[in-house]
Order: sequence, then C-alpha cells, then structure tokens
Amino acid sequence: MRYHRPASFEDAVAIAEAATGVTRFLAGGTDVLVQLRADLVEPDDLIDIKHIPGVKAITRRDDGGWDLGVAVAGAEMSEHAALCADWPGLVEGMDLVGSTQVQGRATLVGNLCNASPAADSVPGMIAAGVEVTVCGPQGERRIAVEEIPTGPGRTSLTRGEVIAALHVPPRGENGGDAYLRFIPRTEMDIAVVGCAVNLRLDGDRISEARVVLGAVAPTARLVPDAGAALVGSRLEDAALDALAAAASAACSPIDDKRGTIAFRTEVAGVLARRAAKIAYGRAKGAET
Amino acid sequence: MSKIHVTTTVNGDAAEFLCDPRETLLDCLRDRLHLTGAKEGCGTGDCGACSVTVDGRLVCSCLMLGVEAEGREITTIEGMAEGEQLHPLQRKFIEHAALQCGVCTPGILVASKALLERNPDPSEEELRYWLAGNLCRCTGYDKIIRAVMDAAAEMREAS
Repeated sequence: MRYHRPASFEDAVAIAEAATGVTRFLAGGTDVLVQLRADLVEPDDLIDIKHIPGVKAITRRDDGGWDLGVAVAGAEMSEHAALCADWPGLVEGMDLVGSTQVQGRATLVGNLCNASPAADSVPGMIAAGVEVTVCGPQGERRIAVEEIPTGPGRTSLTRGEVIAALHVPPRGENGGDAYLRFIPRTEMDIAVVGCAVNLRLDGDRISEARVVLGAVAPTARLVPDAGAALVGSRLEDAALDALAAAASAACSPIDDKRGTIAFRTEVAGVLARRAAKIAYGRAKGAET
Repeated sequence: MSKIHVTTTVNGDAAEFLCDPRETLLDCLRDRLHLTGAKEGCGTGDCGACSVTVDGRLVCSCLMLGVEAEGREITTIEGMAEGEQLHPLQRKFIEHAALQCGVCTPGILVASKALLERNPDPSEEELRYWLAGNLCRCTGYDKIIRAVMDAAAEMREAS
C-alpha cells in the first residue's frame, strides 16, 4: 500500500487517476481502516486528503449558508454553536454516528461515500438540500448529495473523482430540521430506520418540507409525497396521518436481524411524525 | 515494502519511529514505541480500549494510521500519572475497585480525563454517553461511573 499526502485536490485527483489498482481516499478513516484491518479492502494507493488547505474549515458564506471541509469531524460540527443553531437536524444525524472516539475522526463525506443505506448523517443532508463539489479528471462539478450513493457500498463517483467540499444552503427565516433514528438501545448502534425532516413555515403553516428516510431502501430516499403531505398544514392529525402513510408507502426495506420489513415500514411512519413535530417546534424557535 | 519515518510527540516528548503505512497508530505505539498501555480489544473502533488523544481530541488509535501521527501531539495512558503520583482518576479507580482484568481500564481513564478537561462537572448521564464507546466485560459499569464522578468531585474541590 502506497500512502500519499497530496497538498491539493488537483494532486489527489492526479494520483487517483494514475493509479492502476484499488484506491481509497482517507479522511477520518473510521470505515477505511476497519475494511483494511478486516482484509476486506487493501488499497494499493491510499490518498490522505487531510493536508489539503481548507479541509478542516467550517465557514459561513455571505449568503448565510455554510461550506464544510471534507475532513471536518463530527465532534467539530457538534461543538460549533452557530452551525448547530442553524441546522440542528443535520448535526444531530452526524452526532449519532459511533462513539465519542469515532466522532473525533468520522466525517460527513466519509459517511456519505461509505454508502451504507443506514448512514445516519445522510438523510439530514438530503433534507437540508446539501450539495457537494466533486473534483475529477474533467474538472469540478457540483451535485446534490442524493446523487452520490447508488446502492449499498456503491457511489456514482467515477475513477479519479473525489468530493472536495460540502455546501449547506442558507437556513433562512422560520425553518427547522430534525433527524430521528430507531435503534433497540440508546447509543452505539446502526439505524433500523432513520428519518429527517426539514421544513419552513409561513406563519403557523408549513410552506416547504423535505422528508427523507434512511435504512428502508438501498439508498436514503427523498419522499416528495411525504413532504407534500405537510405543506399547507399546521401539523393537524390529518396531515400527520398523510405524512406517515406516505413515508410507509415509500419504504422498500430488507428483512434482517435488526428489523423486519413490516416493522421498518411501520416505524418509518412513526419517526416521520415525531421528526416533523420536532422540526416544526424548531422552526417556531424552540430550544434545540 | 519501504517503511515511512514518522516524527511525532508522545506525552510531551519528541518521538520517532519507522512503520509500514498499513500499521495503525496503536500498532506503532505498542510495537515501535513499546507503550503497551493502550490495548487492542476489537480493532474496529467499537470497544475503546485503544483510546488516546491526538491534538487533544479523543480517538481510537486502532482507527488511525501511524503515518497520520506525523507532527501531531499524542497522549496515552502512560502520560497520565506524574512519576509515582497517580492521577485522581487512577486513584479513584483503585479505591472504588473499578477494574478487574484491566484491559479496558487505560482506555476508560484516557476517555474520562478527556471529558473532565472539557466538562469538570458532568452529569452521570453525560458521563455514560461519553463512555458509550468504552466497553468493559468484567466489572459492569457502575463502579467505573462512581469512580469517575468521585474523581471529578475531588478535582473540582482541588482546583
């Protein structure tokens, strides 16, 4: 295994493009090292991107949105008061990944590119409308987070491509987001179902809503029908029933040791209701 | 395969070693620098027995490569006592009998110290969540929690 420490994304891309064997990018390494130690994936070229300027930065843009470097660890997000105030749901999704120790290293982009259907940070990113800059041999392109994972362990990134930055939209007025997951305990487990809701209010009524489910399909799934069920409502029972029905209808989960198809489908609706209420409260200015 | 030369700081002292790029920081601490306090329990970041801090941040040394330690400041359990003088956490672990086989203990001490540096007065709930990534298969956790809470109280009084 050759270990590389490029000083720019252009150099990282050049190394990856020239490589003939298995290539991995290293940021937090909390998945890459596990795969290496388990002899699942031994990269021929390991490209450590933590020495590229800006990868550890959390920056508020002039438009009020946020640019996050690709090596920002979960703990650094949770400790950033202004980011937490704007996007509590996005941050709490990332914060559910692993232990305190894992939070010291694990990153949003790593969680995204590991492409687990149960990745806790991904529904919140999609709900928030996060985009990524992808650097590759053909230059840069900017795409939505939901276009990255294509199935368990697979992404749409092609040879030589690497994510160089994350772009979170401006929070704007009267918005709130939330992420909930179901696990059989309270910490250190993998989501059986996850649900993120991001919404905006006009007075008491919801004017925009994005609802995203995790762990109930091969990738995290944006559910437009579930968002539509909330728009125009004040979270009356009928709207919550329609939300839950739309969430459950969007599920195509697997049966495994952590949950059955029937259980996951039911819980998706339950979590959607609860996450919508939290997001609504936050949009109203509730303490996060 | 050619080895890489790494220059780093461990417990305040300059340190250097040669390692294969596949070796974890834990391998390097134990096999290159002969600091065997940090333990390999699982090797997958689940058990916390290999906990160290890197630039003040608590991490699993099994989930970090030795080559990534270049230029960083590492602290391990070996840096906790001052000579013969045990750290209050170490003393309280003995007082409360908060260990049996001892494999998890270095990691739990390092993790607890990292918490108390951030938050000298944690609630029991905060402490239990903070230590959720440190598994103990002998003691059960109550004695560990009592020892850390007691040490935290003593350290607050002393400061």
